[in-house]
Amino acid sequence: MNLAEGVQIVSLGILGVLMLASALGVVLLSNIVYSAFLLAMVFASISGLYILLNAGFVAAAQILVYVGAVNILILFGIMLVNKREDFQPVANAWIGKAATAAVCAGLFALLSSMVLATPWHLSSAIPAGEAAIEVIGQHFFSDFLLPFELASVLLLMALVGAIILARREYVPDEEPENEQKVLTLRERPRELVAAASNDLQND
Amino acid sequence: MMQLEYFLILAAALFCVGIYGLVTSRNVIRVLMSIELMLNAVNLNLMAFSNYLDPAEIKGQVFAVFVITIAAAEAAVGLAIVLSIYRNRDTVDMEQFNLLKW
Repeated sequence: MNLAEGVQIVSLGILGVLMLASALGVVLLSNIVYSAFLLAMVFASISGLYILLNAGFVAAAQILVYVGAVNILILFGIMLVNKREDFQPVANAWIGKAATAAVCAGLFALLSSMVLATPWHLSSAIPAGEAAIEVIGQHFFSDFLLPFELASVLLLMALVGAIILARREYVPDEEPENEQKVLTLRERPRELVAAASNDLQND
Repeated sequence: MMQLEYFLILAAALFCVGIYGLVTSRNVIRVLMSIELMLNAVNLNLMAFSNYLDPAEIKGQVFAVFVITIAAAEAAVGLAIVLSIYRNRDTVDMEQFNLLKW
C-alpha cells in the first residue's frame, strides 16, 4: 500500500463516519433546526466522497445544488412553518419504532451481505480523470439529449407548480372594483395587513 | 483492495437511516430531509459504480446529475405542498394529516 492509498482509506473512513453520524443526527435529534444544519454536513461529506471517486464536477454540483439550494430551501421551510408544538403522544409508538428499526437493520444486513457476496468485475479501462467533465457534456448532448431536455422542462414545471401551490388561496367572492389589466395571480390578502388596517381604523 | 464494497456499504447504511427517518418522523420537514438522505444514498451508489465498473464512459455520473436535478425539483414542490397543508391544518404533525384516511 503506497501513501496515496493510505490517505484515501483514511479520508474515506473519516468522511464515512462523519456522514453516518450526521445522518443519524438528522433523523434522531428533536430540534429540527439542528437537523437541517446536520443535513448540510451530510451533503458536504458526500461531496467529499465524490471527490474520492474522481468526480470533481458532480462534487461541485452537489455542493451548489444541495448545500446551496435544497438545504437553504429546507431552512426557509422551517422558518415558514415555525410552530413549536408538542406532538400528541401516540399509543404504543415504540412498537412502530422498534419494528422500523428491525426492518432497517434487516435491510442493511441483506444489502451488505449481497454487496460482499457479489463478485464485482472491476473495469481496467483508463479512467476519464480530468476529462470527466467533457465526457459528461458529450453524454448530455448525444445519447442523453432527450432526458436532458426533459429535465429542463421538468424544472420549469416544478418552478411554476411550487409558486402555484405555495401562494395563498384566492377567495372568489370578493371581486376587486378596479380590474387590473396587468396579469397577476390573485391571492388572498395577508391577515397581518388586514389586522393592521383595522387597528388604524379603530384609532 | 476493494474500495467499491466500502462505498456500497456506506450507501446502504445511509439508505437505511433514511428509511428509518421517513417512517418514524412526526415532523413533515424531517420526512422531506429523510427523502433527501435516501436520494443521496442512491447517488453515492451510482457514483461508486461509475468509478469502479465504468471509469471511461462515466454514465453513472450523468445519472447522478439527473438525480440531483430531480431532487431539487422534488424539494421545491414538496416544501410548497407542506406550506399549503400547514395553512389548511395549522400543524406539521404527520399523524394529523388524515384527510385521505378511510
